[in-house]
Amino acid sequence: MAKMPVSITVNGQRYEREVDPRLLLSDFIRHEIGLTGTHVGCENGACGVCAVLINGKTGLSCLAFAVQCDGDEIETIESLGTPSDLHPIQEAFWENHGLQCGFCTPAMVLTAHELLSRNASPSRAEIIEAIGGNLCRCTGYQTIVDSIEQAAEQMRAGKEEAA
Amino acid sequence: MTTTMDPRIPPSRQREKPGQDLKWIGKGIRRVEDPRLLTGRGKYVDDVVLPNSLHAAALGSPHAHARIKSIDVSKARALPGVAAVLTGEDVAKSTGPLPCFSNPPTEQRCVAIDRVRHVGEPVAIVAAESRYVAEDALALIEVEYEELPVVMDAAEAVHATGDAVIHPERGETNVAIHRVFEFGDVDDDFAAADAVIKRKLRWPRSGAQPMETCGATAVFDEGEGKFTIHVNSSMYNYVGWLIAVTLGVPVHKLNLVPTLAGGSFGSKLFIHKVPVIAAVLARECGRPVKYLEDRIDNMTACDHHGSDRIYDCELALDADRRMTSMKCTVIDDYGAYFQFGIGHHGNALSQITGPYQIGSVKVDITAVFTNKCQQGAYRGFGSEVSNYVMERMVDAACAELDLDPVAFRKTNFIQPDQFPYFIPTGNLYDSGNYPAVLDKALDLLDYDGWRQKQKDALAEGRYIGIGLATCQERSVFSSTEFWSLNDEAGFALTSSPEGVSIKIDPTGNAVVSLQAPFWGNSPETMATMVLAEKLTIDPANISITYADTDHGVSGTGPGGSRYTVMLAGAIVGAVDTIKDKLFKIAGHLMEADTADLELRDGAVGLKGVPGKEMTIADLAMQAHFFRLSFPDEPGFDTGLDATTTYDHPLTTMPSEDRKDLGIYYPIMGHMCHMPVVEVDIKTGQVKFLDYVAVHDCGTMVNPKTLAGHIRGGTAQGIGTALYEEYKYDANGQLQNASFMDYLVPTAHEIPANMRIGHVETPSPFTEYGIKGGGEGGRMGAPPALAAAIEDALKPLGVKADFLPLTPAKLRGLIREAEAS
Repeated sequence: MAKMPVSITVNGQRYEREVDPRLLLSDFIRHEIGLTGTHVGCENGACGVCAVLINGKTGLSCLAFAVQCDGDEIETIESLGTPSDLHPIQEAFWENHGLQCGFCTPAMVLTAHELLSRNASPSRAEIIEAIGGNLCRCTGYQTIVDSIEQAAEQMRAGKEEAA
Repeated sequence: MTTTMDPRIPPSRQREKPGQDLKWIGKGIRRVEDPRLLTGRGKYVDDVVLPNSLHAAALGSPHAHARIKSIDVSKARALPGVAAVLTGEDVAKSTGPLPCFSNPPTEQRCVAIDRVRHVGEPVAIVAAESRYVAEDALALIEVEYEELPVVMDAAEAVHATGDAVIHPERGETNVAIHRVFEFGDVDDDFAAADAVIKRKLRWPRSGAQPMETCGATAVFDEGEGKFTIHVNSSMYNYVGWLIAVTLGVPVHKLNLVPTLAGGSFGSKLFIHKVPVIAAVLARECGRPVKYLEDRIDNMTACDHHGSDRIYDCELALDADRRMTSMKCTVIDDYGAYFQFGIGHHGNALSQITGPYQIGSVKVDITAVFTNKCQQGAYRGFGSEVSNYVMERMVDAACAELDLDPVAFRKTNFIQPDQFPYFIPTGNLYDSGNYPAVLDKALDLLDYDGWRQKQKDALAEGRYIGIGLATCQERSVFSSTEFWSLNDEAGFALTSSPEGVSIKIDPTGNAVVSLQAPFWGNSPETMATMVLAEKLTIDPANISITYADTDHGVSGTGPGGSRYTVMLAGAIVGAVDTIKDKLFKIAGHLMEADTADLELRDGAVGLKGVPGKEMTIADLAMQAHFFRLSFPDEPGFDTGLDATTTYDHPLTTMPSEDRKDLGIYYPIMGHMCHMPVVEVDIKTGQVKFLDYVAVHDCGTMVNPKTLAGHIRGGTAQGIGTALYEEYKYDANGQLQNASFMDYLVPTAHEIPANMRIGHVETPSPFTEYGIKGGGEGGRMGAPPALAAAIEDALKPLGVKADFLPLTPAKLRGLIREAEAS
């Protein structure tokens, strides 16, 4: 199988690679460029664990080929906070015990990030709708909804303070 | 507190009494695990990347039961990028059967030889330059099968003969074991009964299905003759050495290195097939090999399906409506292998009579082989099923005898002044306060208010139901449960320890080495809190590591809701050792008697003399670097560390005749679950209106993480009760081997605001009085939901004797009820 050139920007950095046309975006992110914060749970688009932001919208990286994302801008969990400087969403997940094993967490946080970027004050029903495609086997979801609700509040407060 | 002098109860070894004024234990602090997990820095098994690695894939059998007539791997081997293709026979040249804890064992191979016994069982394995190429190679392997009769129905499996016998080497039957256990005078109690309630109940096969599958990266160092395997398994410092036996190397020539696990819920209790496949290929190829199950591998062949039981039950009551005796006949479908024997029933027998005073019990257990993936562990390990059965029988008694489910439970509860309490099987309940838990739940829910709303709703044609389950939450298993029910005990192990190593560095910081992995629980937070409490140091000065088998000591790891209790025991022991040394050093330097010293706020101080103290940091520097400042006695030798192993706090041997199973699961928690649901009788859909769960896990270490276990376990219990079931067809094909079809609850399927309450009845036997709490939610939600649905549909006369109560099945029950 002839390799194909791709140019994908991940977390602001452009990566030029020659890849198999069948290489999944999830494998490109994890194995070609070594960002292992994106996890893989089912590889058939049913669990949502591999979600990343593709041009600002959440997409399942196990359902896209890397070559389809040529020229795209991808954001992964590594683009948000760091352990010593958490993003407000991550801070809220920490405070509310919105994670246990942490395997679905990067996708949950990114999904929340996308939601809050288009809706600064989501209702609980809207939060549940947004994470409806992300499975979590540990938490029972309630504390995830709490986390996102609190993150929205804090981010609104932060913006008001800045204004 | 135990004031009893009952000779059957060993004395308590509790050092740290409950009820102390505590600084950290009991506080809902944020987890220390989280910052790296939240930012994608957690290292799970697929994040182990070694240079020059190969990637493996396994060819699963398409047949449920067949002889392998021939395998042609030549085309697969010829594919560019393929390093090795091995059949079962190839593997068997160097590698033995997988570990098995039943007696006699069933022979299971990591790659089948001659015969396949379930769909998805590996028949060949490949290592290649990428997972993609490895999967290409699978498609080129040609296998010729001769199909054998497929055994799928557990009740029919009992009668199978000839080619339908799945393990002929064990005899001409698919009955893996049949045993009848009787505790107390069951016949007399039934003869004297005023009423006998009978029900047939069905518990479906579901499974843990963590978001991360099982995986391993193996390296074989030919120079050292030694394997190193990175794997997301637990119990590696307990029984991991059995992997070396399988691989045919001395035990010290295998190092198992734990990784974070992306959830387990029991299903990563002891992973054997996956690391052995990776190791066999690594030895063959002389390169590191990674093998990671995909989701289909995990669903069809993870070796950890949950219980799958058919019950016939009878409950005897006297004229005062007290339950006196219970009889159960149970057929349990174990699938194709039998790795833990009927340990799951040992687990169930530890709390078989629930929170009630029932004087006798008889259980007739038939474990059968069928052509399904074998059973393993799933949150509850079989005792969640007996909780469901007990509560369903209680509800049946209330329904048939027109009794109030709350009052009936209160009458039959073991009362707070009766502890410690022996149940008929010989297991001991250490402590409890069941009326307090029930009262708190009734109050939290506003039970009377919901009963009124239920009436009002019915008048509008809406069907609301209130469920009630009062269940046991046994914790801290003793290993006797794994063999005490066997015909012959085999290897009758009696140790299930937990070790810990604590090193205080020269600046006074602590490094704690755990002997078991993180698998979604909070071991780092627990260890940090208990150590900070006991040594009076700041949590910020503690770091946690995970010991591999080369550097570890004995440790059984999480499972059976044991880990927090056992880890606390080990840490208390280790700190006592470190404290002794700190006191010796401080006593010498401060010219004080060690009896006059105390730990306070990170320092050793003279009792009653504020300001007269030395910090642990100063003492640690002394301990590490200034040997000649101290007397020439061994107690002053350089260093400040301790390695301690904590054994089970309270366990005894079973009797020879098994009329008494001994004390083996005594740290007894309790819970009350009360869901309120509305059933749409036109669609069979169940909607949550409310949910209250009150748990008693003894002294709470961290209320925040305990509530997390309760909510998460409840979500899994909701899955078991309403949605989840591995659906095999008559040919043994698993029809729902993906998350598209195997329905794990999403955020839409759980209660919007589940409310948690806690009661704390400390254990008199564990450090600080802690009890386990890892499994509770899933052990209470299924019977509570069955009760709620039955209550909602009471006006239609619907009986819910099986799970899962999916919309389609509920519609079937409603249709039947309406027709009759």
